[in-house]
Amino acid sequence: MAIVSRGFHGRPRAGGDRLPPGQYLVDDFPVLSAGPTPRVPTDRWEFVIDTESGQTHRWSWQDLMALPSQTPTVDIHCVTRWSKLDTTWEGVSLDVLFEDVETAADYALVHSYGGYTTNLPLEELLDGKAWIAHRFDGEELAPVHGGPARLLVPHLYLWKSAKWVRGIRLLNEDWPGFWETAGYHNFGDPWLEQRYEDD
Amino acid sequence: MTAEHLDGNALAGPLAEIFAVDVTAATGRCASCGLAGPIASLHVYGPEPGLVARCSGCEEVVLRLVRGPGVAWLDLRGAVSLRVSLPDPPDLPDLPDLPDLPG
Repeated sequence: MAIVSRGFHGRPRAGGDRLPPGQYLVDDFPVLSAGPTPRVPTDRWEFVIDTESGQTHRWSWQDLMALPSQTPTVDIHCVTRWSKLDTTWEGVSLDVLFEDVETAADYALVHSYGGYTTNLPLEELLDGKAWIAHRFDGEELAPVHGGPARLLVPHLYLWKSAKWVRGIRLLNEDWPGFWETAGYHNFGDPWLEQRYEDD
Repeated sequence: MTAEHLDGNALAGPLAEIFAVDVTAATGRCASCGLAGPIASLHVYGPEPGLVARCSGCEEVVLRLVRGPGVAWLDLRGAVSLRVSLPDPPDLPDLPDLPDLPG
């Protein structure tokens, strides 16, 4: 009688090496809110970039739609431990929006309709790492998921991907945002499990 | 109350970890609009990533509570004050007279 040992490999983890430490996979798209869902009609929507020298760059919804868009497929990771693989988006790369923005600032404070804020180093928004996303899974982005448009920065925990995004303030000094001033990590790298400020 | 948020009574358990009194019975005054009312009347969003309690009048944030492993962060900057009803303190013993100070 042959004795077959499967060895000590354990059960392969769903998601494999695409799942950061401490995360589990979901198929649905959980909604987490820190306030009422803003309803922003696109004819009143605008996106602004304010530089550290006081210059303002402004885009209407029509302006945004006229820009070249990309269709990134990315994995997203929420600090509350769920991850969702191969999510499909359409949006405008921040590289496009920053083409004519002159800045030497190191930090960005993202702000949203409804008052939410989140901070990150400006370089985390550039070089193909971030988008202003307005479609998800082939549909217009629903208000509960941040529509009409949200920031998408999938290499950081999802609280950095501000829903209902309204603009970015460029700053010479780091300015912690909504969750970053309430115990959450200032940077939020899911692969380093940077959940809370001491992690 | 809408399906989007809970009422302030949802704060009772989490805040009982920090305070010796039931803070949901305290009267809070919103730093944004000045509305005063019981903490239990706030509109509460969460619990994850954290509890966010907003004024029922102006929807500004009054209180935030994040619970991590072995730690909690409480932000009350949206509240001007908390009025907490308490019984009178027990009678304190008389203090001894202080000696006259020189000079």
